Amino acid sequence: MTRIRQFLRFLWDFVVGDDWRIALAVAVALPVTLVLSNNGVTVWWLLPLVVLVMLSVSVWSVARSRR
Amino acid sequence: MSGTEVGLAVSVFIACTVEAVEALTIVLAVGATRSWRSAMIGVGTALLALAAVTAALGPALTALPINVLRGVVGGLLLVFGLQWLRKAILRASGLKALHDEGAAFVEETEAAREAGAVVGSFDGYAFFVSFKGSFLEGLEVVFIALTFGANQKDVPLAAAAAAAAVIAVACAGVALRAPLARVPENTLKFVVGVMLTSFGVFWGGEGVHARWPGGETALLAIVPLLLLFSLGTVAALRRVVAARPTAAQAAGA
Repeated sequence: MTRIRQFLRFLWDFVVGDDWRIALAVAVALPVTLVLSNNGVTVWWLLPLVVLVMLSVSVWSVARSRR
Repeated sequence: MSGTEVGLAVSVFIACTVEAVEALTIVLAVGATRSWRSAMIGVGTALLALAAVTAALGPALTALPINVLRGVVGGLLLVFGLQWLRKAILRASGLKALHDEGAAFVEETEAAREAGAVVGSFDGYAFFVSFKGSFLEGLEVVFIALTFGANQKDVPLAAAAAAAAVIAVACAGVALRAPLARVPENTLKFVVGVMLTSFGVFWGGEGVHARWPGGETALLAIVPLLLLFSLGTVAALRRVVAARPTAAQAAGA
């Protein structure tokens, strides 16, 4: 059990890293883009927007916490 | 070679160079301090394990339909790239300590000395530390090479770029017998973060049927825009860090 836990912890750190909110935002943005695209909405801008917003949120929250 | 292929090869080469430099530091530290033979057996075992991972994952990835592959693997690459870019921005702005191969080498060397005397011809410590360092850094190399290669349907090109990086770093390490502290690792990580994130956005978007204006040429806009945004964020964060009171000022207040 400990080995499985350690492996899952390693996978989490490897893929998700220090800020899980970024991974969550990407995990939400991809299916939303898919649904909107399949319904004829021009939505190429959504993923870049999510990247810029989440990157900013993540690094600025670190800056605020160090003040 | 198309622009995307050049981008793929350059990104994989730089990313793998950075990872190989970090693995080299660990192997050099335990090899020089304890046992070269055991450290090299550790590296060899790690390479075999990485080859097994690649052999298992590579065909499975390339067998996926391209849209599924780009959606899932592009998304993974995007999350992974954002991790790199986030850390690179924090390092460049002074909110996180810069990675220093010289310091890492000293730290690994001290840990190796404190691990007790080497008994017999095989040193378990040197083997394990060398194996772990090479395997974990190598895993990132495999991940980057496979995701880039599979998305572009050109795993051999990605593998060649990765192998070239590892060989170049290994040769430099053998020649110098010292950690490659002069490699501008933090800058390279910044560049890799931008490239991984840009390709992740592009392929992830394609995988979920987003139609990029201009098709593949959209990458020529995504990469510089993300780079400019990241540099702008670093500049803004540096101003915040510089405006922060020092410990002495805070104590006097």
